[in-house]
Amino acid sequence: MNAFLDALGRVPPLLAQHVLLSAAALALGIAISLPLAILAARRRRAGSVVLGFASLVQTIPSLALLALFYPLLLWLSALVGGGIPALGFLPSLIALTLYALLPIIRNGVAGLTGIDPAVRQAAKAVGMTPAQTLRLVEAPLVAPVLIAGIRTAAVWTIGAATLSTTVGQPSLGDMIFAGLQTQNWTLVLAGCFAAAGLALATDALIGLVERGIAHRRRPLWLGACIALAAGLLLATAPLWHRGGGARVVTIGAKNFSEQYILARLIGDRLSHAGYTVRYRDGLGSAVIYGALSGGDVDVYVEYAGTLWTGPMRRKDVPDPKAMVAAIGRWTRDTSGVRLIGPLGFENAYAFAMRGDDAQRRGIASLSDLVGAAPGLKLGSDLEFLERPEWAAVRRAYPLRFAATTPYAPTFMYRALASGEADVISAFSSDGRIAADRLTVLTDPRHAIPSYDALLLVAPARAKDATFAAALTPLVGRIPVAAMREANYQVDRDSGKRTPEQAADWLARRLGL
Amino acid sequence: MPAESLRFDAVTKRFGDTLAVDTVSLAIAKGSFVALVGASGSGKSTLLQTINRLIEPSEGRVLLDGADVATGPAPALRRRIGYVFQGIGLFPHMTVAENIAIGPRIAGAPVADVDALLDLVALPRDVATRMPDALSGGQRQRVAIARALAPGAKLLLLDEAFGALDPVTRDTLGGEIRALHDRLGLTTILVTHDMAEALLLADRVLVMQAGRIVADATPGELLNGGGGEAAQALVAVPRHQAERLREIARERAA
Repeated sequence: MNAFLDALGRVPPLLAQHVLLSAAALALGIAISLPLAILAARRRRAGSVVLGFASLVQTIPSLALLALFYPLLLWLSALVGGGIPALGFLPSLIALTLYALLPIIRNGVAGLTGIDPAVRQAAKAVGMTPAQTLRLVEAPLVAPVLIAGIRTAAVWTIGAATLSTTVGQPSLGDMIFAGLQTQNWTLVLAGCFAAAGLALATDALIGLVERGIAHRRRPLWLGACIALAAGLLLATAPLWHRGGGARVVTIGAKNFSEQYILARLIGDRLSHAGYTVRYRDGLGSAVIYGALSGGDVDVYVEYAGTLWTGPMRRKDVPDPKAMVAAIGRWTRDTSGVRLIGPLGFENAYAFAMRGDDAQRRGIASLSDLVGAAPGLKLGSDLEFLERPEWAAVRRAYPLRFAATTPYAPTFMYRALASGEADVISAFSSDGRIAADRLTVLTDPRHAIPSYDALLLVAPARAKDATFAAALTPLVGRIPVAAMREANYQVDRDSGKRTPEQAADWLARRLGL
Repeated sequence: MPAESLRFDAVTKRFGDTLAVDTVSLAIAKGSFVALVGASGSGKSTLLQTINRLIEPSEGRVLLDGADVATGPAPALRRRIGYVFQGIGLFPHMTVAENIAIGPRIAGAPVADVDALLDLVALPRDVATRMPDALSGGQRQRVAIARALAPGAKLLLLDEAFGALDPVTRDTLGGEIRALHDRLGLTTILVTHDMAEALLLADRVLVMQAGRIVADATPGELLNGGGGEAAQALVAVPRHQAERLREIARERAA
């Protein structure tokens, strides 16, 4: 229960962002839907186009819709010469707004076309202009149905806003995604609890507005509107006094335990140095570097090979030291991102098998795996099969597995343990490799580049001496054994620790 | 000869290939109560609605007090003309008082005297605060009449206005409308398919058939066999009914 209360403590700032995003998307959705609904009700052909489009948007999974705006906005930004943020608030706002359109338009059209023709005739006959008809007759008659649509849209928007975490917009989804990755169910529960509570409260209040208008009870709907406005102000209060200005720093983290732990380790050091620290957890590999170079994130830990094979598009596999140096030059020259230095451990892709299984089959390296692969099942993390490393591995070793299945990282280890997978794309710093007695296959042809953990700092912080001074002591300081143990404290099934606790442990262990 | 209120000048209305009104030319005197009688689809409602431009004629023009109704905006025209129709069309989200006062309100005119208008249509004043769905059909139609008269209209168009009412209410309301017409000095045009209603209420009866006026006579002329064949076919119905009733009464008495 205490852990749950602790987890709830993380709610207010995330709730504020969540409410701000949902409210903005809903307001924009209403502003766009109303004229479209009127148009659709007046002109049948335009109506079927509008409703068709809104329905089509609705069939796109919300996660995909959010993800689609990242490349779209990048492209648009490039087209106009930069300046459009492709991550965070904007793509989330656009996607959620589009998502909110259908219920509002549909109910608006249903309400307008449902008005008794005699009432329309009477409005015309008493001499109302079209604008007067809209204001005095259609609007009040449609209001209850329309508000029911807005209510549906509000609940959808609040629910879908949890997914905006994946494009770098803080929301209650941060807690859900982080909890899911670290199997911290308390955190997931607290995030769900807050999001569901928000949705239910909004639903109930808009429901009162709807009832009040339908029954012409002005105090009821006016009161509910005031309650909604007050709730909006109260929930977003943490955003209004953003003290510190330049002293506020954002620490980015990808979506697995090691990243959460390192983010907290970095955050503790920066808050000791006098900065106000915010976290952006759960960013995808593809978006996080963009967030750093764009200034949405001030610092995070990246892995050499990820940059090397990803944005740098390199296919060669040089010596790790030369690689780090080349990366440092590349980040500085292309975007002004500063490489503070490597942390001292590596987290490479490593193919792993159950120890007894590998021994029985006589497999110790990727070369050994080639012959056995057709009888084995590969489990990977969600992105590995699409990554250039996998292509590089297959170029070096002609692997053909009986089946390949992507899993969320924590479930990937479960799949290996239960025999649903025989080989997994593990991470070399993962504590579960030793704990589960897994065999890591060697890479005799050096197909996989080095994955030294690197501390990267945003261009705006590159010359901040206090900032760099707080981080430099971490360089070369973290041995892989310490990282593995910290990771395992968060990932193991019993006696789990939170990333904060593991970060504290790691700091003490390193004598920081 | 009293002044002319309305003139139809070769008014034609086509809906696609259908000719609903076929070159109708007609003058209606100020203060007269004219009934426009015909079967369904004869074009009588269409002709009526060209007056307040709920329907725009395909050809020809309608003159109201000598001015073409097509000049100027339609809403301004309609605010000067009372229009009551079978569908009634009270605004369901407004009280009776708000419904009655809507005309002056949208025109930016002084607030309507709702009590006086309720008195005019013989409704108790306490219905003012009620919602339309709490009224009977007859009461609703009275509210609709009060609403039509609220802006001080001198021309009243009744488009099958009593069509949906029960016969008793219909008869009472018809009589009251006639009394109102006389008292307020209105020009009234009543569209109906009921010749008896037309004969009882109007000063002048026009019979329409296939978009044309085929008879134009006073009730007296019609009852004395005038007005032509089509009109007589319509007059024959109530006359026959009245005779049958008289016969039945005589048989029962005997």
